[in-house]
Amino acid sequence: MITLTPAPGAATLPRMLLSQVAFETRLVLRNGEQLLLTVIIPVVLLALLAAIPVLDTGPVRKIDFLVPGILALAVMSTAFTSLAIATGYERRYGVLKRLAASPLPRWGLLVAKAGTVLTVLAVQVMLVAGLGLALGWRPHGSPVAVAGLLVAGTFAFGGLAMLMAGTLRAEATLAAANLIYLLLLGLGGIFVPLDRFPAGIQPILEATPTGSLASGLRDVLVDGNGVPWASLAILGAWAVVGFTAAARWFRWE
Amino acid sequence: MPDLRAVGGSTAVEVSSLVKRYGGQRDGIVAVGGLTFAADRAAITALLGPNGAGKTTTIECCEGYRRPDGGLVRVLGLDPLHDGAALRPRIGVMLQEGAGLYPAARPRELLRHLARLHAHPLDVDALIERLGLGGTLRTPIRRLSGGQRQRVALAAALVGRPELVFLDEPTAGLDPQARRATWELMEQLRADGVSIILTTHLMDEVERLADHVVIVDQGRLVAEGSPSALTSDGAEGVVQFEAQPGLDVASLAAALPGPAKVTEVSGGRYLVDGQVTPDLLAALTSWCAARGVLAQGLQVGRRTLEDVFLELTGKQLR
Repeated sequence: MITLTPAPGAATLPRMLLSQVAFETRLVLRNGEQLLLTVIIPVVLLALLAAIPVLDTGPVRKIDFLVPGILALAVMSTAFTSLAIATGYERRYGVLKRLAASPLPRWGLLVAKAGTVLTVLAVQVMLVAGLGLALGWRPHGSPVAVAGLLVAGTFAFGGLAMLMAGTLRAEATLAAANLIYLLLLGLGGIFVPLDRFPAGIQPILEATPTGSLASGLRDVLVDGNGVPWASLAILGAWAVVGFTAAARWFRWE
Repeated sequence: MPDLRAVGGSTAVEVSSLVKRYGGQRDGIVAVGGLTFAADRAAITALLGPNGAGKTTTIECCEGYRRPDGGLVRVLGLDPLHDGAALRPRIGVMLQEGAGLYPAARPRELLRHLARLHAHPLDVDALIERLGLGGTLRTPIRRLSGGQRQRVALAAALVGRPELVFLDEPTAGLDPQARRATWELMEQLRADGVSIILTTHLMDEVERLADHVVIVDQGRLVAEGSPSALTSDGAEGVVQFEAQPGLDVASLAAALPGPAKVTEVSGGRYLVDGQVTPDLLAALTSWCAARGVLAQGLQVGRRTLEDVFLELTGKQLR
């Protein structure tokens, strides 16, 4: 017979964070829709667009142009769309409320979500880069600058995802996150170069998280430039705006 | 291990003059309006009240979810809002309808994960077996039946080996077997030294389990005490029986010797208030016999908790 004698106590913080990251990552990678969004669509898009001769990428080799854009898409799909939808439903089903009564502090849950997104992103980057290399991709520039951009992009999108998930109904978050994903897929410089758009709206598209992340990644990976500070600044600004607003308006239930 | 009972004395939960409003400070709805009660350690305390009485709001103030607008809440001697980090590892929480479980997770992986948030958790497989969840291990929580989900939520509240658990309607929607199993588990928890705060609508659950009952209505305390104290209080001059609904209570009262009051407490359940004498019982049964009414379950000197509850909180639906 199991004894139920009290023996309360919290686990150590690293143990709690690791467990939360491992648990959430497993749920993300097992969820069919999330997997479609975060892994299958980016990989299939890269393979299709590399094979079909519809894109005119000017002097840049097509695969060298495509891989940075698809990496930006991978960040957007995980740190924005997938995170917003999952968190929105966790809020709706009382999961966030229930966890708030557990030993894991609320900020710890946020850190764990960042850890989950970065873990999934690492899987995506390996798959996209691996496929890219197999298709002849020749990356330039500093891997550290690329990693910095991916992390900055994660936080830029993550703040906006948490803002939506914490303020809208779960169904509204689902619809809006998908709509924004589709819009930025077409307009965010992922596979259509931004200089093909009318000059009037180019600065706006450049200032979106997707546009600035894709541009920054191409600066490094195509042109071999150093750290693209302008892109980093735009992504940092989105992160500050998103998380500040989320901290202000996020509702846990 | 230090003696945890030394911290916060013999009281698990202390609520005094608790006020909680929703909406504006002035025109908001008063959910709890000055509630005071205490719950002992290693005891089962039941919060009883009609829907909307303020039970869940009160519990949520104890769990640290809500900020009281007035009064004082101490849980294991701690302030749930300011000492939340110290308090949370020591309590277990089961939300209403078993809410708060990851729908896509399977019971065992969720319980394993929650166990890892604690320093000395229960053995997850033993807990699963104790709660009869062995057949559900490959099923995502969203596809479990309501009763199975309730039991997973109960397991989730217990896995960290808390000193105090808050169970918000833990047996709502359970079949009789599962309800009895849950009652036995609560009795074992109490025997092992765990304090339990329980909300429920089930009177038989309260009569069987609770050491202390707190009856709340419209955010206020209307009565408290042990179930036996509540049901025997003022019941010396009481007869109750069951018959078909709608008997003419005025005619019956007139037929009884001495001043007596007859009320139909709920459909077909009658309460006679008066000097209980052999003559009174004889008059009662002959009045029934004359009308072909079979009075069943005739009982002298004890009311049920449901009678007390309905008397205190009224019979109107709300």
